Amino acid sequence: MRLLKAFALSAALFASAPALAAGGAPPPPNANFSFNSLFGTIDRASAQRGFQVYKEVCSACHAMRQLSYRNLMDLGLTEAQVREIAATFTVTDGPNDEGQMFERPGRVPDRFRRPFPNEQAARSANNGAYPPDLSVMTKARNDGANYLHALLTGYADPPAGMTMMDGMNYNRWFPGFQIAMPNVLNEDQIEYADGTKATVDQMARDVTTFLAWAAEPEMETRRAMGVKVLIFLTILGGLTYAVKRKVWADVKH
Amino acid sequence: MGMGLHDSQVSNPVLRWIDQRLPVITMIQKEYGVFPTPRNFNYFWNFGALAMINLMIMIATGIFLAMNYTPHTAYAFDSVERIMRDVHFGWLIRYVHMNGASMFFVVVYVHIWRGLYYGSYKAPRELLWMLGVVIFLLMMATAFMGYVLPWGQMSFWGATVITNLFSAIPVVGPTIVTYLWGGFSVDNPTLNRFFSLHYLLPFVIVGVVFLHVAALHITGSNNPLGIEPKGPQDTLPFHPYYTIKDSVGIVVYLAVFAALVFFAPNYLGHADNYIPANPLVTPAHIVPEWYFLPFYAILRAVPDKLGGVVLMGGAIIVLFFLPWLDTSKVRSMRFRPITRIIFLLWTVNFFVLTWVGGKPAEQPYVLISQICTMFYFVYFLVVLPMMGRFEVVMKLPESISRAVLGAKASLGGGPIPGTAAAKPMEKA
Repeated sequence: MRLLKAFALSAALFASAPALAAGGAPPPPNANFSFNSLFGTIDRASAQRGFQVYKEVCSACHAMRQLSYRNLMDLGLTEAQVREIAATFTVTDGPNDEGQMFERPGRVPDRFRRPFPNEQAARSANNGAYPPDLSVMTKARNDGANYLHALLTGYADPPAGMTMMDGMNYNRWFPGFQIAMPNVLNEDQIEYADGTKATVDQMARDVTTFLAWAAEPEMETRRAMGVKVLIFLTILGGLTYAVKRKVWADVKH
Repeated sequence: MGMGLHDSQVSNPVLRWIDQRLPVITMIQKEYGVFPTPRNFNYFWNFGALAMINLMIMIATGIFLAMNYTPHTAYAFDSVERIMRDVHFGWLIRYVHMNGASMFFVVVYVHIWRGLYYGSYKAPRELLWMLGVVIFLLMMATAFMGYVLPWGQMSFWGATVITNLFSAIPVVGPTIVTYLWGGFSVDNPTLNRFFSLHYLLPFVIVGVVFLHVAALHITGSNNPLGIEPKGPQDTLPFHPYYTIKDSVGIVVYLAVFAALVFFAPNYLGHADNYIPANPLVTPAHIVPEWYFLPFYAILRAVPDKLGGVVLMGGAIIVLFFLPWLDTSKVRSMRFRPITRIIFLLWTVNFFVLTWVGGKPAEQPYVLISQICTMFYFVYFLVVLPMMGRFEVVMKLPESISRAVLGAKASLGGGPIPGTAAAKPMEKA
């Protein structure tokens, strides 16, 4: 009983935590991502399609500086495929022996190429707005994956009577409802290699899956290890408790 | 005893040679082997050992994190991501360290609560209690500075808000803030000194923990009845009885810890801290980590900055005076029917403070935090001093063994209640 009381106390402490998660925007609807459940995994096919969406659409403005092309092998691509992908980008390297910077095709260990050399260049090309780095985006927003999916599918005409600021776009899920990023996903704008139909929802779903993997590449390993650790601790706990009972058997307390 | 040599009982000749010159084995045997411990501990008495384990986990993981972390504003955030992505098991080490801070506060809050409920702070354990409050203060400073290190948005703005509090101190306040920052705003020098202190303070904590445990072994432990053991029939040797009972608690604790680390590692954190620090963009809500929320609520309960800082500091300083504020001779709340109810309400009040601390500073939250702050202090400054005088307490049992075994068993003649104490593990 007393043990239960102690648990109740710590449980209550944990329960008080979500109070901090309050934000300014409406909570996004649940998009039922496979990885959002306790033991869920990343849908590899979807994440690979999501990379295609990132490469062909998002990467025009958004960097992912924490990722390297080699990381794509975790998504199930072969080294040859990754080498091919990396080679399609031109990266600046150097200085060489003459002290000059030079350009060369991307290699597997290179970081994802950044669309702009610095924040100023990014802002100047985007009407003053700075497209954020997407490396850990699903962790950097409350309920990140659902939020991103909602945001990407949430563009609409502003409600009657709402005045939009210059160059801003209406989005149902963005805090304040005015977002600098325009709607970039349109039906069939991408030709998926696996023949999946590129609806707006499908593309939003795929790129969110890709970003969720990018933010937490350890997620599947972590959960698998967690199951083993908890099974181990359950058995150890049972054994320890049995020993405790035996030690205390002849002591009234 | 030979000239200057310790009279060692250890049979192994090598260990005996050491023990004669440096009696650590005798000491461990005395303090953790046969150490007479009240026989009636409940599981709340696990939390001291749990805090010790937690401290060791934090230091161990912290050392490995420091090997891979870069304390520079331009690299800190990225170096944490390198730990998460490229260091072998870096994600595990970092998530254990990150959630370990939360676990540490859970464990220590329960440990403090147990002390409050069972009157462990009363004579002769005043200094033991006060050393505990010092540890708590050091933990708060360490946790705060650790949270700054990843250099995310909440790191930066939390550091800005909290360090600015010192500017409320008259005359020297602004100077103190400049020294904390190492300049005129939270910047690279701030990050550097916080990293240095974040590495240093845990070892200071280890030192104070040592004193805390040393003081404990002078007075002996309190127990749920709050009466002192009167003889061997009231105690059990620490080993094996409490080593095994603590082990049960440790496994349960590790399971909760593991569930957090492996399945909800970011649940207790803020999404904003995965956005790199930006001095030009203020987050919508600057909220400290959950374990600071009760004190944050007290800080914000007062419209005046200095008043808020004084109250927040006072909320912890008052604990130092607790042994003298509580005038009752009875330790355990089990025998204090009225104070017990008020203390349980105080506990609820503490949870309400935690909750309201995470809410924006607007009505009705401000009013709630004001009422709760009032109750927090009234309990210590009015209820406890008065109750000692007026409360009719229940009759204390004659002894621990009598309460545990019943009147018959502890009367002379029957089987000697102390047998268990005299008989350690040989049957197993």
